[in-house]
Amino acid sequence: MEDQNSCRGGFENCLNAQQTAASGLIFKEPFLWEKSRDGRCAMSIPMQDVEHSPLDPELVGDAPNLPQLSELDVVRHYTRLSQWNFGVDSGMYPLGSCTMKYNPKTNEVQASRLGFAGAHPLLDEDLCQGALELIYNLEQYLAEITGMDAVTLQPAAGAHGELAGMLTIHAYHAKQGHQRTKIIIPDTAHGTNPASATLCGYQSVNIHSGDNGILTPEAVAAVMDEETAGIMITNPNTLGLFEENIKEIAQIVHAKGGLVYGDGANLNAIMGIVKPGELGIDVIHLNLHKTFTTPHGGGGPGSGPIAVVKALEPFLPVPRVEKIPCSPNPNQSSKERGNNLNNDKNSYKYTLVYDRPDSMGRLLTFHGHFGILVRAYSYILSMGAKGLTDVSKLAVLNANYIKELLKQDFYLPYDRPCMHECVFTDKFQSDNGVTTLDMAKRIMDYGFHPPTVYFPLVVHGAIMIEPTETESKQTIDQFIHAFKSVAQEAKENPEILKSAPHLPKLSRLDEVSAARKPVLRG
Amino acid sequence: MKEITELNLPEDIKYSDSHEWAKVDAEIITIGIDDYAQDQLGEVVFVELPEVGAALSKGDQFGTVESVKAVSEIYTPVSGEVVEVNANLPDAPELVNNSPYDEGWIIKIKADDPSLLASELNDLKDKAAYIAMLKG
Repeated sequence: MEDQNSCRGGFENCLNAQQTAASGLIFKEPFLWEKSRDGRCAMSIPMQDVEHSPLDPELVGDAPNLPQLSELDVVRHYTRLSQWNFGVDSGMYPLGSCTMKYNPKTNEVQASRLGFAGAHPLLDEDLCQGALELIYNLEQYLAEITGMDAVTLQPAAGAHGELAGMLTIHAYHAKQGHQRTKIIIPDTAHGTNPASATLCGYQSVNIHSGDNGILTPEAVAAVMDEETAGIMITNPNTLGLFEENIKEIAQIVHAKGGLVYGDGANLNAIMGIVKPGELGIDVIHLNLHKTFTTPHGGGGPGSGPIAVVKALEPFLPVPRVEKIPCSPNPNQSSKERGNNLNNDKNSYKYTLVYDRPDSMGRLLTFHGHFGILVRAYSYILSMGAKGLTDVSKLAVLNANYIKELLKQDFYLPYDRPCMHECVFTDKFQSDNGVTTLDMAKRIMDYGFHPPTVYFPLVVHGAIMIEPTETESKQTIDQFIHAFKSVAQEAKENPEILKSAPHLPKLSRLDEVSAARKPVLRG
Repeated sequence: MKEITELNLPEDIKYSDSHEWAKVDAEIITIGIDDYAQDQLGEVVFVELPEVGAALSKGDQFGTVESVKAVSEIYTPVSGEVVEVNANLPDAPELVNNSPYDEGWIIKIKADDPSLLASELNDLKDKAAYIAMLKG
């Protein structure tokens, strides 16, 4: 165990017994083209069973320059790359504002069922009733969870959902006969909000939250007018605080004919506790890849459904999935029909509806990221209503637990109960020349993914921690211990932080040169 | 991070609440971000510049400064037309860090209304008032 007392950076005691990370054997791996050898091949093309038919020579060019590799070459290549990686399956990933929770494996089992995974997206609707039923039911569940009237599952991810939501608001004002020019965005909103509004032609009007991190009705009333399309509000906000004036703010916006857009990226804090529809929100997007345990961050495409109030339903993208009564089958006897009245599957069918004259049109090909929808559906059915409510309770409890236990060691700018994430800063450490970045790098040596840093922008040197409900108390205690150790090191041995991380395959990267002088080709 | 006493804040320029500076030479006003702003942002990796000829009103956003930490909008402290942008910044954004008041200037504006310019400059802070604001 002697080597546990030193590490590659040459720093004494940079590992201790309670640290979850240790150094290990990691392989270097060249590019596939460097491993390529002429004639090596990992596949055999099936025997030709049709007549030879040469292509028009004009259509034929040089073969693409693909690497030539054996199957083992390829397997080792990707296995080695995966070993350089860090994911929620390998350790805690407390990235604030991102909800990097565990993705249950049952979701993968359901999504890989042949009826879903093998279904062609252009199947005639009679041949994909199960898939359409899943879309319909998932929309109903999300409407119930958000307290809204209608849902579309088309948007490809969160920012796309925001765009869909803003296009809905834009279409609504156009239909009213007077398009508006501005949108209100508080400084505690998500950074993508102004971009979505700008794409709809709205100018962002930025307003500041109050001293306690909460938006005041006065700040909204001061700028809300009849040229303002509405407000984009994130609740809980990016400080992890619940916007407690939301109802009053919604009334102010509605009184001038505006709409309230809710950024639902932080839904994980309030599911089953608060319905956004009851707070006066008119349109909200959800991130299935955050709250509903579908893969997040390189693990697969996202999905950003939006939920709207009744008045906005006509503007949703087409096609819509509707549940309609079946016309009676003439070959059935009346007795059989009578029996079927009690059998939902035979008395209703699901159909795609395109005839929506006020619709914004299609947002994505086919039915959205359908495989992701299956995973979210699997999660909702696995958890049930009580389970989903417990998710939010535990996510909030875990964040408050971390906040209370770390606030002696790290400056807490808003010392009040938080929702599912808490925000510290590097104020206590900056006297020793240690920054948020140094601590984020150092926490990797303890086996944890760094939290979100320097966001939200309203907090200088922000360290934003979101543990999620899926981490056990033991793991969270390890994380707290690790962060306390980092605070101790910041006092006693700041150098070990400034050169961190020491254990990952690559140590501190030169991010400045990478950004100033990027090398974009090999 | 620098202490307030360590900041380089020249006497002969004016400061905005959003940390831009303005230096007046007849009707041409040179604008950049100050030492406090560059220090807070950290190493600047990209500066987005406006088109020469753009007409700006006081408070308009005219570009962005991007560091490894954050992207920050920059706002003009005076109204007028952009007559020149610092052509060295695309290749050497670090000038904003190394020389915020000299080689790291960002745009030059020509003010067409002297009385408006005078009142706008009057709204800006001198060194003492700016330091008082930073101290909160």
